[in-house]
Amino acid sequence: MKKLFLTLGLVLLTTAAVSAQEKEQPKQVIGVKGLCEMCKKRIEKAALDVKGVRSVDWSIADQQLTVYLNPKKTTGKEIQEAIAKAGHDTDAVKATDEAYNDLHGCCKYQR
Amino acid sequence: MIKHLVTLVVLTAGTSLYAQQTITGQIVDETHTPIIGASVFYAHQSIGVATDMQGKFTLTFIEKAPLTISYIGYKTQTLTPQEGQSYHLILQPEESLDEVIIKTKQRNTTRSIKGTTNSFTMNSGELLKAACCNISEAFETNPSIDVNYTDAITGTKQIKMLGLTSPYILIAEENIPSVRGASQIYGLTFTPGTWVESIQVTKGAGTVINGYESISGQLNTELIKPATDRPFYLNLYGSNDERFEANIHGNYRLNDKWSSSLFIHGNVRTGDHDKNHDGFLDMPKGEQINVMNRWQYINPEKGVVSFITARYMKDNKVAGQVDFDKKKDKGSTVLWGSEINTEKIDLSTKIGYVFPDLPFQSAGLQVAYNYHKQDSYFGLNLYDIKQNSLYSNLVFNSIISNTLHKFTTGLSFTLDQYTEQVFVPGIDGNFNRTDNALGAFYEYTYDNTTDFSVVAGMRVDYHNRMGLFATPRLHLRYNPWENGVLRASVGRGKRLANVFAENQIFFATNRYFQLEGNNGKIYDLDPEIAWNYGLSFTQNFHFIGRKGDVTLDFYRTDFENQIVVDADYNAHQLLFYNLDGKSYANSFQLEVNYNLARNLNLRSAYKYYDIATDQKTGTFEKAYQPKHRFFANLEFTTNEKDNGAHWKFDFTYNWLGKQRITTTEQYAEVNQLKSSSNPYSLMNFQITKVFSPRFEFYVGGENMGNYKQRNPIVSASNPFDTDFDTSMVYAPITGSMYYAGLRFKLD
Repeated sequence: MKKLFLTLGLVLLTTAAVSAQEKEQPKQVIGVKGLCEMCKKRIEKAALDVKGVRSVDWSIADQQLTVYLNPKKTTGKEIQEAIAKAGHDTDAVKATDEAYNDLHGCCKYQR
Repeated sequence: MIKHLVTLVVLTAGTSLYAQQTITGQIVDETHTPIIGASVFYAHQSIGVATDMQGKFTLTFIEKAPLTISYIGYKTQTLTPQEGQSYHLILQPEESLDEVIIKTKQRNTTRSIKGTTNSFTMNSGELLKAACCNISEAFETNPSIDVNYTDAITGTKQIKMLGLTSPYILIAEENIPSVRGASQIYGLTFTPGTWVESIQVTKGAGTVINGYESISGQLNTELIKPATDRPFYLNLYGSNDERFEANIHGNYRLNDKWSSSLFIHGNVRTGDHDKNHDGFLDMPKGEQINVMNRWQYINPEKGVVSFITARYMKDNKVAGQVDFDKKKDKGSTVLWGSEINTEKIDLSTKIGYVFPDLPFQSAGLQVAYNYHKQDSYFGLNLYDIKQNSLYSNLVFNSIISNTLHKFTTGLSFTLDQYTEQVFVPGIDGNFNRTDNALGAFYEYTYDNTTDFSVVAGMRVDYHNRMGLFATPRLHLRYNPWENGVLRASVGRGKRLANVFAENQIFFATNRYFQLEGNNGKIYDLDPEIAWNYGLSFTQNFHFIGRKGDVTLDFYRTDFENQIVVDADYNAHQLLFYNLDGKSYANSFQLEVNYNLARNLNLRSAYKYYDIATDQKTGTFEKAYQPKHRFFANLEFTTNEKDNGAHWKFDFTYNWLGKQRITTTEQYAEVNQLKSSSNPYSLMNFQITKVFSPRFEFYVGGENMGNYKQRNPIVSASNPFDTDFDTSMVYAPITGSMYYAGLRFKLD
């Protein structure tokens, strides 16, 4: 009985997770901090390296990244984590100090 | 993307306040408000900081290292700091984007360091440097394309790339193959230069999207788009050899989606010119009328762009002996004369669709119908050709998983219906035929966004005459270091040679024509097949503070089969046969471009060609093709005044080495020529006075050194004799030519 509940619970949880994923929009605009053309390259590369990301464009002026993604394969959160790992703060994820310190001098945006 | 330009003002250099080994400073804007988050860094050491809430920074001092300060929207600059100094810097805001681009960024010829193919784009500014008149003359200021004189009768200039003439170059207009089949020789003279927005030139094997025919390169002309066209444009031109041209463009915007442009071109050449006193006109008399109406539809919300274009062209030429009267002397052996009358109708439509919410995915369809009719005679030789053709191409662009991997795929269908009548010594016949081809193509592009990209294309076509065959093409690009780019390409091309249309220059001879086929697919001959291999390296550099670039190119074309046009077997004959043995074209080019001084640019190139074909009587170096060529172009522009007034000066120098002349052994002794020509040089110049953005006036000269081929027509005094030949041309026939013109435009 216990096992049955556990299984059921698991199934429910998975379904919930799946439906949560389905809410993921194919086009997302994420705030990403950076300064220059060099940052643009790094931010876009980091995002593109995430499986499921189709197309990206980071605007220096708007400090925003426009992403087209495959909602079945990735989430905006995952992309933000990848960008933060590359040293750039995003709306939801802050880069670690190490990652930030590794940035080229020209890319040391105001935190 | 916007490139930020660079200037900064160092106002005060304060005294040392802090410990040694550091530099400090404060960055403010023009209103003395601190700039927060500006980048201050050593460009070469990857060390830097951002300014704090007061716009202040502290940095380690590095001896003699340039320090760069940048902030978005402000000009950037570099200074070499002093140890222990404190700096107060005022950043100047960036000028308005448009102005910056026009004054400092725009170049007439742009070559991308990023593109995978060895391509560059000539914009309308480059076309204006030759002032005139149609696109066959547009390349005289460009080192990658050679302009050659074809014959002593029609005054036609033909272009060469990698030493090979236009049948081996795919010439397209808005990606629809245009100069082909019946229009092969004169086609480039049927597009007025003022209609052109830009020309994209690709050396070597190009993309498979436009077809399988290109071998040595591709040229694509983009015409002016109605949506961005100016309301009115007028160009008038006249020269001392009595050529007059007029171009009038009008544009009308119906609403925010529809716009239309009307282009009218007319030219006439009047007057009898025989400066070399050989009894023949140095260039034909005649006229051309050319009208085009284009419509463009744009709907950004729905992602739809569409073009509808209709065009009519009529071109008449009369050439031959000065006193030739076409009404009286046509078909007689009293006086030799020639008429080439061409009529053309083109209808085309394009529709492009970008998928909403998927900006990286698009589809496009092109459909074009073309009617071309040429009626001509050359003395007693007759040549009539009519071509009806239909071209359609469906293209789909998208990505594989992400934009690093792109692909283009599609289907194409072409239909060509030829009615061709040839009456020359040795041949009297109709060569009517219908060709059609159905093809599918796929092109994959990978770009790692930094230093490497590859374009791999493949197309498979089924052709009613050539059967099923594949056309592979491959391009690679690698940036081994900053501003250096290495490119490689390989590709195959295949085509049916229209031997008569492509070799019309020989109609104005009394040669005996012989088709020596083997029951092949066309004129009893086999299709031409060639492989092209290319290697190119470009390095951009700064030297004494000025920008420049140097490019080394090597290309080889290897023919598996070629239709050999043999004028060397016997000076009284012209043979066409399938290649038996080897035929290749090697071309090497060293190009150096350098900004000599403010507003003064130099473009220079040395070119070496090694082109040889196995013919019946041995291996022959390509005739009328210099082995060595040197090219230089100087361009100077004065600073623009507030009302836009300025001067433009342009000077082009061409040096052509020795050229082989086809055999004249069988001629009467008096008609025999040396086996090669002397080297010679050509100089062109143009001066443009721009009075305002609305009005400009230009004068120019071609062949200022007045170099002429002395006897361009063999046996000119006896044109119905077997020795008569007008195809042995290696230099200008007319001497120097001067012209003037004006341009008036409304924006």
